[in-house]
Amino acid sequence: MRRTIELILNSETRAVEAEETAPLLDVLRNDLGVSGARYGCGLGQCGACAVLVDGKEEAACLLPLEAVEGKAVLTSEGLGTPEHPHPLQAAFLELQAGQCGYCLSGILIGAKALLDRNPDPSREEIAQALDWHLCRCGVHNRVMDAIALAARRMREGAAA
Amino acid sequence: MIPATLQANPELDRWVRFDTVGLARVAFGKVEYGQGTLTALAQIAAEELDLPLSMIEVVNAATGAVPDEGMTVGSMSVESSGASVRAACAEVRALFVAKAAERLDCPPEEIDIRDGVLLVNGLPCGEDYWTLAPQVDLVRPATGQARWKSPDQHRIVGSSQPRLDLPAKLFGEAFLHDIRLPGMVHARVLRQPGPKARLAELDEVAVRAAAGGEVEILRDGAFVAFIALREQVAARALAAAEAHAVWEYARDLSPALTEPASLKTLPHTDHPAGAEPAEGSNRRRHAATYGKPYIAHGSMGPSCGLAQFKDGKLTVWTHGQGVYPLRQMLVRISGLDPERIEVIHAQGPGCYGHNGADDAAVDAAVIALRRPGAPVRAQWRREDEFGWSPVGAAMHIELAAELDPSGRLVDYTAEIWSGPHVGRGRSLAELALPKDPDAPPPPPPPQPPPGAPRFSGGILNAIPSYDIPASRTLEHLVVPTPVRTSSLRGLGGPVNTFVGESFIDELAEIAGQDPLAYRLSMIVDPRGRAVVETVARMADWSRRWSPGAGRGLGLAYDRHRDRAGYCAAVAEVEVEAEVKLVKLWCCADAGLIVNPDGARNQIEGGMIMAASWVLKEQVRLGGAGIATTTWDDYPILRFSEVPPVEIELINTKDPRPFGIGELSQGPAMGAISNAVAHALGTRVRELPFTREKIAQALLA
Repeated sequence: MRRTIELILNSETRAVEAEETAPLLDVLRNDLGVSGARYGCGLGQCGACAVLVDGKEEAACLLPLEAVEGKAVLTSEGLGTPEHPHPLQAAFLELQAGQCGYCLSGILIGAKALLDRNPDPSREEIAQALDWHLCRCGVHNRVMDAIALAARRMREGAAA
Repeated sequence: MIPATLQANPELDRWVRFDTVGLARVAFGKVEYGQGTLTALAQIAAEELDLPLSMIEVVNAATGAVPDEGMTVGSMSVESSGASVRAACAEVRALFVAKAAERLDCPPEEIDIRDGVLLVNGLPCGEDYWTLAPQVDLVRPATGQARWKSPDQHRIVGSSQPRLDLPAKLFGEAFLHDIRLPGMVHARVLRQPGPKARLAELDEVAVRAAAGGEVEILRDGAFVAFIALREQVAARALAAAEAHAVWEYARDLSPALTEPASLKTLPHTDHPAGAEPAEGSNRRRHAATYGKPYIAHGSMGPSCGLAQFKDGKLTVWTHGQGVYPLRQMLVRISGLDPERIEVIHAQGPGCYGHNGADDAAVDAAVIALRRPGAPVRAQWRREDEFGWSPVGAAMHIELAAELDPSGRLVDYTAEIWSGPHVGRGRSLAELALPKDPDAPPPPPPPQPPPGAPRFSGGILNAIPSYDIPASRTLEHLVVPTPVRTSSLRGLGGPVNTFVGESFIDELAEIAGQDPLAYRLSMIVDPRGRAVVETVARMADWSRRWSPGAGRGLGLAYDRHRDRAGYCAAVAEVEVEAEVKLVKLWCCADAGLIVNPDGARNQIEGGMIMAASWVLKEQVRLGGAGIATTTWDDYPILRFSEVPPVEIELINTKDPRPFGIGELSQGPAMGAISNAVAHALGTRVRELPFTREKIAQALLA
């Protein structure tokens, strides 16, 4: 059924008229004009479409729109901007943690979810947290280094 | 000498222009897909123009806007396009220096350029590129006379620079997939189950009912597309059509064709090359058989194409590997003059070769040509990308070697069964469209005369990169293959290095020698010796222990395509039920390195991808074609499985650059294979090294 559904997208209340069972990913990309969540598999197997829903990492391709009604949805656009990057985005740029970049915005979301619950993760914990995120170019080590770097900066920032 | 692509696009203003004050517009025909080409070529331009990188504006690749440099393939962009950009920019700089010398009446030797400002004896003379630009006519052919800088003069080339394309990819909209044009419609294409399949029935009523919204059904022969304003409607129509379409003459492949050894049962042509077998006495002979399955590109994003046909002009957006080759294909399909077709590149997921990008672009174009006006977006699904894009060819390889009494390798034969590793034949949409009865039959594919150069990619690095007195290849080229095969990072090269370097370890064992010492005894080229010695030092090879201990250290080496960069790798693994990668090391000599950080990123990525090929990947065939259509069916290496990687680049100031993108995979594959054999005390000779293959090898 089509109806108007409200959600808080990247800290902004948005209303969208769409089928309530439509995948959140399609609504984000086609109706709400954000591209950070990317279509990778449609089956929740690759992590390219990861978003945070009330702080929890979810595959937007599997989530019906109605499931996020009234909830806070975060995509990579909501993390930071080129002018004011999130520490994760800054660290990814600093360490050049990327090649084609198609997986990166999903990975940023996964990393955000990890650091929210564990501000000082070990390498093993980072790898475990990102394990459902696929990367084909082979930048895993740089990604893990960048997340550790961002975590350190965020801890230092919090302590300061 | 004028570099080839500059010779083909000789007007200097096609490469460099100074239209906007403070910026040099630099154009080249190679495209970015995450490998760093754009940044490296911009660095070369900045270097030769004496501009900071921030004053280089790279023109987005589009027909008409950039020089035609064909495809972005073969790890060749810095070598080939880089040479042209360097020569063009050096000549442009020289023209500005000459003009300033003439105006200031001073010898050109006294003039230098810094950040675009012309200096006379080190002091600004009041002129810069932009004040002089109106007086310097760049609409002139390159002469190739200008001298470019030598490596000791480089300031920007050889320095690590952040990739120009990366920021957009971290903040949102970045890819072709993200483009939303006004009035755009969404399309999904029903794939023809094999090139001969005919659509006998399609229950359009059922499809429309399932779509749950207004859907247009475009049918032309076996080409069927569903077009809707809302993407979900088109997606549901396709899902319903797959359930309701009845096909005749659909392909029905035996799952047995999955096995590389099945290639021997398929029709093939034979192409021998190399020395005649020599008579020798007192020689020990060793033979072994290896196999590598079909491999998927596994691009993270399924392919997407965007096209609009308006006022007799076709515009196509693509994330493929070259805008001009795609235009040629579109000329053939549409019958339009090339001037009426514009192909624009937009960023896409890493493709590592010929994936579904061209097919998706043609899908969109075919639909747009039949319904002028609105832009058409054709999005493939994950199962389309896995199921219908070309795959890397399977290979079955039989090796034989002869050793003299001292254990020295004196004769080497590689016999290779493989489908082609190159081939931009007809797109999927073309195969599905009806043949025009009035059209002349297509010309037969050109057959090179016997003995003429031929390139299928299957015998690259087929002979290991050592000083071997006599060697030969016998290529059995399998055509047609059960499913479409085409270029995938390195073509047959990395596979041949995996196989040849595994076999060299077998020979070392027969000769009773350490694999490192055995290799060094056969490498004359000092650059080759240097990478092997360096990587052995990095990995502390001297600690290597007895085989069969469950922990292994393996080494491999090659010279890329027998003519380019040198690369050696060491792998350390632990093997119980399955293989765990402990660490990988690599030493590479690719000559002049433009962007060291970018080179390291590519080399490491190549090694991780190679590790994934060795341990995990196999496309399975069956039914209409490819049976592995999800990431569950086709696992790749995950974060928790990726080992630390250590890389050293040497000889980076050599004047000549070699390609980086394909450099490390072969040695990485060989090193992992040899490490696994060292750990097990027995050898697995067919990829991937899964739990089952390890168990089989241990039981054998």
